[in-house]
Amino acid sequence: MGRRGAVGSNVLRKDGAGKVNGRALYLDDLSFPGMLHARTIRSTIPAGTITRVTPRVATREFIVVDHRDIPGRNVVALIDDDQPCLAEKRIRHVAEPILVLAHEDRETLLGATVDIEYRQTTPNYDPLRSDVTFKQIAIDKGHVADGFARADLIVDGEYRTRHQEQLYIEPNGVIAVPDGHGGVIVYGSLQCPYYVHRALKVLLGLPDERVRVIQTETGGGFGGKEEYPSMIAGHAALAAIKSGRPVKLVYDRVEDMLATTKRHPSIVRHRTGVTKDGRLTAIEIDATFDGGAYATLSAVVLSRGLIHASGPYRCDHVKIRGRATMTNTPPNGAFRGFGAPQTQFAAEVHMDRIADALGIDPVRLRELNAFRPGDITATGQTLGKDCSALTVLREAVKRTDFRKRRKALKGTGRGIGLALFFHGSGFTGSGEVKLASRATLQLTERGARILVGSTEIGQGTRTMLAQIVADTLGVSYDAVDVNDADTGVVPDSGPTVASRTCLIVGRLLQRAAAEMRERLGDLSPSQYLKKHGPLVVTTQYEKPEKVSWDDTTYRGDAYESYGWGCDVAEVQIDPVTSQAIPVAFTTVHEIGRAIHPGLARGQIEGGSAQGIGWALLEEVVIRDGRMVNSSLTNYIIPTTLDTPPIEVQIVDNPYPQGPFGAKGVGEMPIDGPAPAIINAIRHAGVDIREIPASPERIQACASR
Amino acid sequence: MRFTLNGKRTRVDVHPLARLLDVLREELHLTGTKEGCGEGECGACTVLIDGHPVNACLVPAAHAEGAEVTTIEGLRAHPLQHAFVEHGGAQCGICTPGMILAAVALGPKPSRKAMQAGLAGNLCRCTGYSAIYRSIEKARPARKRKRR
Repeated sequence: MGRRGAVGSNVLRKDGAGKVNGRALYLDDLSFPGMLHARTIRSTIPAGTITRVTPRVATREFIVVDHRDIPGRNVVALIDDDQPCLAEKRIRHVAEPILVLAHEDRETLLGATVDIEYRQTTPNYDPLRSDVTFKQIAIDKGHVADGFARADLIVDGEYRTRHQEQLYIEPNGVIAVPDGHGGVIVYGSLQCPYYVHRALKVLLGLPDERVRVIQTETGGGFGGKEEYPSMIAGHAALAAIKSGRPVKLVYDRVEDMLATTKRHPSIVRHRTGVTKDGRLTAIEIDATFDGGAYATLSAVVLSRGLIHASGPYRCDHVKIRGRATMTNTPPNGAFRGFGAPQTQFAAEVHMDRIADALGIDPVRLRELNAFRPGDITATGQTLGKDCSALTVLREAVKRTDFRKRRKALKGTGRGIGLALFFHGSGFTGSGEVKLASRATLQLTERGARILVGSTEIGQGTRTMLAQIVADTLGVSYDAVDVNDADTGVVPDSGPTVASRTCLIVGRLLQRAAAEMRERLGDLSPSQYLKKHGPLVVTTQYEKPEKVSWDDTTYRGDAYESYGWGCDVAEVQIDPVTSQAIPVAFTTVHEIGRAIHPGLARGQIEGGSAQGIGWALLEEVVIRDGRMVNSSLTNYIIPTTLDTPPIEVQIVDNPYPQGPFGAKGVGEMPIDGPAPAIINAIRHAGVDIREIPASPERIQACASR
Repeated sequence: MRFTLNGKRTRVDVHPLARLLDVLREELHLTGTKEGCGEGECGACTVLIDGHPVNACLVPAAHAEGAEVTTIEGLRAHPLQHAFVEHGGAQCGICTPGMILAAVALGPKPSRKAMQAGLAGNLCRCTGYSAIYRSIEKARPARKRKRR
């Protein structure tokens, strides 16, 4: 076709115009005739049983929904199905939903009160002392005892991370509309329409076609709208079915922070054997994740966390043990990085402590041990040419003049630190095989329409997928449009999570477009339609031949490919306030190839900023099981004044099995900032092993 | 109350203490102004009153009496709008209307320092702000794109 390709160029994003002129419709911008507003009544105790519930409302005016109104199973269906949609008797955390109230008038609704009496039991907030383990995983390679026997030095350490709130700027919200045939249509701010679809079928006892889920423009997700919307959609749907009217349920910021999922807090212990010259001989890791009150996605968060726990390093003897346990706090769930930021924080801070213990340069230690193509990971996966650990490390060191800077800053109150990390693209292990995702391409007069359940949440899904289809089909980018993520129309292309949309769904669409192009032959789309009628091509996930995984032994190819990154942070410690101020930040990423360099850079900059917030500012304060700083006044995310300039370098190393050489990018940027910053603080003279590195914590560590 | 909204004289019958945000979104159906926190921290509801950025969630309607109010719907092909699409200033888009209006209030060609200070009340969780600065710096004067 001779035109310049869309892939690799910064085409205008599909959703751009509506977002800058105010016409893009987010959930709260929608309204339906006769619509009611709903509100969730939650428990106020962390553990116990409900003995009596008395709504103080005029029952003729209000719709009151409790667990008895659930026609199907009272669960938020996901993995373990342990979480009720509305509590019946038992209470496990302070924000557990008990009733849903609905009323025409929002003010009246907000004024309604419900008396709830409880019998309290003793809560547990310590994940190390929990009686309930949601999931435990063991990964073994070689024999650590042999590795430790060969070590000249053994270094131990414990590292802790705490909750982090996703803090999408658009709070959670849904509208449920009765479909007139006993079913519901649900509009929502969400990442995974088919997760909600499945959860509603189970909750409402309805067949596929009686539940339809339509994603509205979504103001950020970061994992926070992966599983929780199934809960909210359930509440709104129950009220809609009971009232026979549309029901809007939108959280305010306080409720969103108080009740919805957060990043799992972690306690990770390392014991590492190393030779005098810096070679790792044994890695032993024990990790505990605080799952909160229900299992949600803890099992898979733990899995990704543990697979990344030994970092991007070669070692013949690795033993990793981990568990996610229950505490009486609101359930934790998906958040960008999905366990890997927690474990790689520990791994990378520990690496700097090993370097210190050996008296060698932290770059040298990493150069010696970083994965090379041909190396074997902890799960027994042999890495291919798509392994770039050493490349990104060297590039970051060169760009920041790291070694020279490190010498120059010694003793100045400033420090510089780095972190090397990796991140698997797609679902872990056999996840993609089980998902068996499908994507559809429909021929249109001008080009093609993409039909997938993958959602645009700001990261650029619509744009990036359209670029892949345009170039494969040989039409212009403008000739490709993207259908809304509406389960009534699109196939299930899997959830929009796990850095999988580009690699997995992009590849499905690339195959569909290639087949469509072949079918077209010499005809243009409009000629084909005139001559042969409609053309629709659907493709389904096919496991790459070389990829194999065994769920029972936890051995094999944990991910078909990994991205690689290296961050360098420079931090100034204020001698008076002990505040650590990030002054410079450089990140080098190898993501195969960027389909849209501008969007990829946006992911890397944004993910880095979110990681910087996690490292320094963002502290969820929990007292008696309840988040006490559930507002933007005192849960601080980075503003313009807290965010340093972020230098981004994207290194190309096209992955042959990826669409146009691409791998995933969404999550990896949040893996590196926290350890890079903590290593910079260590370089400035403060040995801190827990984040956020607040002035209080820095002061406590400095005076130890 | 009477005020000028996006250049048009407007009259609306509301409680004087109603939040300007609700008046705009619910009475006047201008939903481009977003609510992110309801407590004046995130800036998603930023509008201009007589050219100055305010959080519409904190401003009582009476405060806008007789004033000139500009919302995102009142910008017509402002160079900043195209620049936010072209240079990655808009990702999820929920902070974008407020961010663009706060940027309008900075005037032409602000320095990085002026942008940092002037946008400190507008939170963005997607971009890390870098792309927002680039968008503002690269916004071209309207004359270049006046055609059509």
